[in-house]
Amino acid sequence: MSEKIVEIKDLYVDYETDDGIVHAVNGMNLSLEKGKSLGLVGETGAGKTTTALSIMRLIPDPPGVIKKGSIMVDGKDILSMSIKEIRALRGKYVSMIFQDPMTSLNPAITVGEQIAEVLREHDRKMSKSESMKRAEEMLRTVGIAEDRIHDYAHQFSGGMRQRVVIAIALACNPQLLIADEPTTALDVTIQAQILETMKELRKKFGTSLIMITHDLGIVAEICDEVSVVYGGRVVEHGTLEDVFNNTKHPYTEGLFNSLPNINNRTAMLRPIPGLMLDPTEDPPGCPFAPRCAYATSECEKSKPPLITFSDTHYVECHRYKEPDFKLQGRD
Amino acid sequence: MADNILEVRGLKKYFNTPKGQLLAVDDVSFTVERGKTLGIVGESGCGKSTTGRAILRLIEPTAGEVLFEGRDITKISTAEMRKLRKEMQIVFQDPFSSVDPRMSVGGIIAEPIIINKIIKDKVAIEKRVAELMDIVGLAPRLINSYPHELDGGRRQRIGIARALALNPKFIICDEPVSALDVSIQAQILNLLKNLQKDMGLTYIFITHNLSVVNHFSDDIAVMYLGRVIEKAPAEELFENPIHPYTKALLSAIPTPDIAPKKERIILRGEISSPINLPNECRFAPRCNFTCDKCTKGIPPLVEFSPNHFVSCALMDEQSKTKRTVF
Repeated sequence: MSEKIVEIKDLYVDYETDDGIVHAVNGMNLSLEKGKSLGLVGETGAGKTTTALSIMRLIPDPPGVIKKGSIMVDGKDILSMSIKEIRALRGKYVSMIFQDPMTSLNPAITVGEQIAEVLREHDRKMSKSESMKRAEEMLRTVGIAEDRIHDYAHQFSGGMRQRVVIAIALACNPQLLIADEPTTALDVTIQAQILETMKELRKKFGTSLIMITHDLGIVAEICDEVSVVYGGRVVEHGTLEDVFNNTKHPYTEGLFNSLPNINNRTAMLRPIPGLMLDPTEDPPGCPFAPRCAYATSECEKSKPPLITFSDTHYVECHRYKEPDFKLQGRD
Repeated sequence: MADNILEVRGLKKYFNTPKGQLLAVDDVSFTVERGKTLGIVGESGCGKSTTGRAILRLIEPTAGEVLFEGRDITKISTAEMRKLRKEMQIVFQDPFSSVDPRMSVGGIIAEPIIINKIIKDKVAIEKRVAELMDIVGLAPRLINSYPHELDGGRRQRIGIARALALNPKFIICDEPVSALDVSIQAQILNLLKNLQKDMGLTYIFITHNLSVVNHFSDDIAVMYLGRVIEKAPAEELFENPIHPYTKALLSAIPTPDIAPKKERIILRGEISSPINLPNECRFAPRCNFTCDKCTKGIPPLVEFSPNHFVSCALMDEQSKTKRTVF
């Protein structure tokens, strides 16, 4: 069996706020093989970012608490590591890119120094001039002219800033890159450029990728596998082929039906009724049941079982206990 | 002849900045047929929102005419304009920053009715507010809630109810679903579509999301750096895009299927600064087909085939012979 770069088992993360306990992640299971890319898809509040932050041990505490579960990165137990150990890991083995590049960059330091800083942090023996030389190389790799090394973040456009952030993230050649909505703030033509760059870099460095996004189009573009997240759990997981062409979970179907179909412009959209579940509630049944067109009384009462269709494809849904159950299908 | 509710002619909005003149909207013309939807698409900084605001005179246009039901509204007084706004409304992108956080849902929806003295009787106002809330799908129990207590989708419903309060004929929707999750986005799009059907509304739908605009519009105008570079019926534009920018834009949409994709056109660089623009095709610095013709003045918007307008210097000669030149 091939090696896993990340393996998350039964992870629970709560935010203990004054208004109650927010159950952000409720039994997340996730795994990714080395060199592969996984798309984490879901809507606002599904627990995608919290899961990613847990891998980096960046959950703000308080109010965030990792209640239980285990996270293994490249065979190492993240949750039992000391702060020192985790710091050595961040940037070197696991890097993260955030949605808004301006807030990830330091406005008072040149971009070159910010790239060099990561390199020297993980290799104390590296000289300043050598690290700057490497920074120059990194800038070129992400498609920025190296003479901009002494510029500041505000002198770059949004797309260019995101490239700088990617350069910082990849400077130490990490094994795993977590990208949290990296192109959401960008225009489509710039998004296309950034995705293209990310694809090339992945080919070049062999980095594993977790791509957090709400855009199924981006998943189709860059990922090998997909986990659809709802209410802090993976409700459907499979290869691109499994999830896109053989959709099984009602929520996944709902996501597809909510999207305007570019090939059939007159088709009426079929939105998922209702709203995302209130994360302070912990319903006894399936978290999606209140919005699900297929829900039965059983769905409200008990947690759905894991149903596997193949080695790669599974869902959490009560209805598949019935052998003849089928979704109505997509347009 | 088509019944055009709105006709925009040579609309310009320039801003004077310390670095020079910023051409936010530069000579934009189009018509909108009654009961139809015109989609305006483009990337950040292309002038689509400024166009929308200049049409409503929320910012005063620098030049040009805006004919609403045949009457040039750029020439009328502010008092008259205020009266006319009953018929022309706008829904903004961020429904939270467009409402007063200290007013309740009911108060927000009633405000335009009270200001415009549409209904004076208190009980009748309450009845109208309840009716509007029902139309946009807000539960009656939310009437005393405050905007911060509601999610984005419901807030956007308030924005729509408020726009509908005065029975407008024409609504500009400026990125109304961009801040919403896809499942909620679909709910709001369906609502807007049903309202159009039931009330015969005319929309200008401004967005950067090409799949949404395709789904929603009858005609689409593509803008780049303050100018309309291509305009056509939605189906025609998506099936037969002509301008190199439109082609690149359409090819850049990530589509949610895993079938092999068409070749993606990657554009060089980014949008140029809109300040002190040279007198050449706006897209020339990024275009993959730029030749010396492109730098000799701004190409006019010419009718390539019925109702399909393109502004590209390479069009003039080649349009008649080769369609697949790009």
